[in-house]
Amino acid sequence: MKVSFFSTCLVDLMTPKVGIAMVEVLVRLGCEIDYPASQVCCGQPAYNSGYLEDSKLAMKNMMLAFESSDYVVGPSGSCVAMFHEYPKIFKGDPEWELKAVTLKEKSYEFTQFIVKVLGITDVGASLDGTATYHRSCHMTRLLGEKETPFQLLEHVKGLHMEPLKNSDNCCGFGGTFSVKMPDISEQMVDEKSSCIIDTEADILISADMGCLLNIGGRLFRKGEPVKIMHIAEVLNHQNPVIAKGGSQS
Amino acid sequence: MSLQTDKRDFSERTTDGLGDSFMRNAVGSAQDSLKTRRLSAATALGDWEQWRTAGQQIRQHTLQNLDYYLEQLAGNIEKKGGHIYFAATKEEASSYIRDVIVQKQAKKIVKSKSMVTEEIDLNHVLIEAGCELIETDLGEYILQMDDWDPPSHIVAPALHKDRRQIQRVFAEKLGYTDDESPEKLARFARKVLRQKFLEAEVGITGCNFAVANLGAINLVTNEGNGDLTAAIPKTHIAVMGMERIVPTLAEMEVLDNLLCRSAVGQKLTSYITVMGPSAAGDTDGPEEFHLVVVDNGRSDILGSEFNEALQCIRCGACLNVCPVYRHIGGHAYGSIYPGPIGAVITPLLGGYDDFKELPFASSLCAACTDVCPVRIPLHEQLIRHRQNIVKENRTGSMERFQMKAVGRLLSSPALFGKTLRFAHPASRLMSKHGRIVRGPELIRGWIGSRDLSQPVKQQDSFRAWLDKRKGESGQ
Ligand code: SF4
Repeated sequence: MKVSFFSTCLVDLMTPKVGIAMVEVLVRLGCEIDYPASQVCCGQPAYNSGYLEDSKLAMKNMMLAFESSDYVVGPSGSCVAMFHEYPKIFKGDPEWELKAVTLKEKSYEFTQFIVKVLGITDVGASLDGTATYHRSCHMTRLLGEKETPFQLLEHVKGLHMEPLKNSDNCCGFGGTFSVKMPDISEQMVDEKSSCIIDTEADILISADMGCLLNIGGRLFRKGEPVKIMHIAEVLNHQNPVIAKGGSQS
Repeated sequence: MSLQTDKRDFSERTTDGLGDSFMRNAVGSAQDSLKTRRLSAATALGDWEQWRTAGQQIRQHTLQNLDYYLEQLAGNIEKKGGHIYFAATKEEASSYIRDVIVQKQAKKIVKSKSMVTEEIDLNHVLIEAGCELIETDLGEYILQMDDWDPPSHIVAPALHKDRRQIQRVFAEKLGYTDDESPEKLARFARKVLRQKFLEAEVGITGCNFAVANLGAINLVTNEGNGDLTAAIPKTHIAVMGMERIVPTLAEMEVLDNLLCRSAVGQKLTSYITVMGPSAAGDTDGPEEFHLVVVDNGRSDILGSEFNEALQCIRCGACLNVCPVYRHIGGHAYGSIYPGPIGAVITPLLGGYDDFKELPFASSLCAACTDVCPVRIPLHEQLIRHRQNIVKENRTGSMERFQMKAVGRLLSSPALFGKTLRFAHPASRLMSKHGRIVRGPELIRGWIGSRDLSQPVKQQDSFRAWLDKRKGESGQ
């Protein structure tokens, strides 16, 4: 199956290892990966800040970049959810509306693609440790995907999952919200961090780099030894031993 | 009190809220318990999503035919001997009510909780006219006794106070001497209020929904204070926002179900009544009934891109799930309508001059949209406000410049490629031990409390890895 990889600007700039893990997992599952090099950003930061016209440029670029793809798969529920907003944004635009609908229909978040398109829940990963999972708001609410990460994590050998209290509450990232209103955001990420620490898990997993960057950045600042892992890294993990350490993605 | 409750800057107000650990605890634990209660009450109703759709359809249908239903309502109220008054502005609304009271030569007024009377600044107007006015909803009564502290929640106005604070207010203002047990406090208040009900000449209530084909209003309260306010005094004046109307009892039933379950996680609240002008021969109830229908900016919202905001049934569920409200509290919004719905309607009713920050006080997590029983796409409406604020050039020029630059960068593969190459070397100047410690204005607040690693070197980038992989596999 031919899959176009949607790397997101955060992965490009900050966390290439997440992209690498995702590609390796998909290749192992039999996908052929292609990478449309002209992709940049889904347009979310500008769109959510109210800069509609500026954000449309980024969106159009993405529609063109993935025009000939069969499937578009990305490691971020939030950015994929943004693709799913395109049809609303370009509604009534004769040149772009159809392109927007097409992109929406072929775009999947990484875990969603594995479970719903490939029909796989056990990717053969193993990771020894106790983890907790942070649901990202955009993945659960805007993309409407709640189950697939858990279905996959259930089959990771050696991994014990601890439930997270108030897991529905936002971590305070919200893209530009966290830079525009850092004080409020800080209180939100603090509460999230305390809930994570209370689980006594060694690892925090999520399917969104934005949230991980935010929560991880706070945990690290506070000197908390929780390891941050994107779910692609977990699913790509086959070494059963993991030490409790203070590394940050 | 009027719409605006605090003229200070948004940032000053949030600093206050964030610093009030007491209030944050109260709000946080109220949110946590309401969330569970709401969920179980919603599930008990069967297919909650279907109920929400029904609620949304009823509200949309009514809004689309608002003229028709308002006319029907007016006709039916007048037929039954009641009076109906359409007020275009808040001033018109409160002066009409004052005039009725003056004409009755009434001095003692009891009132039950109503957001729209806050909006039209009624308390102030009546007190100036020399009336003794008493709020009879326990929450509102506490706020009144605490020198008219503004409400911080649309359903539970005194959510920001705990019983110790309430005990203190009662002790200072009313000579209460007992402890802080909620039962004793409530019993004390009830005794004071009972006397007020008996003495009052006019009762003023809000209106959850007006029922058009009956010429009646529907009140939903937890304590029954609304019913006493309406039933005991000789004159009853009800005040409603123009959009709070349903065609018949059947639609009211659906919405009351959604309202009670969303607001307090109960099947129904303790008191749900339908009342209006008394029929000839009735032995109880008021002799005179007035309904004041308040526009105050609502007809401008009708049919606009914010039309859906008028679907709101004021259940407060969006406040009860909002993570921003959780931490800054209701007063930080500076409006009688706080939380997500407040961030949507306050700028509509009060303008961007005073309230342009509110639409940005959201992480767009969409918890509000997800919970709203009548499916208002709240987070999308916040984005729409942001677009208008940008369109009107109300954001800072620096931000506009940065957004333009970032917009260009993020839509141009060539520019972005260059950025990826230079991001690491450029960030070296701002970093210490691989973490960014200084930065442009834009991220200063963020890195003040969080660690941010440097962008990766070009040779370690994802694209470099892909190229290498391609080379290796010979593709
Ligand atoms: S916006 Fe929706 S959730 Fe919020 S108060 Fe109104 S009806 Fe309730």
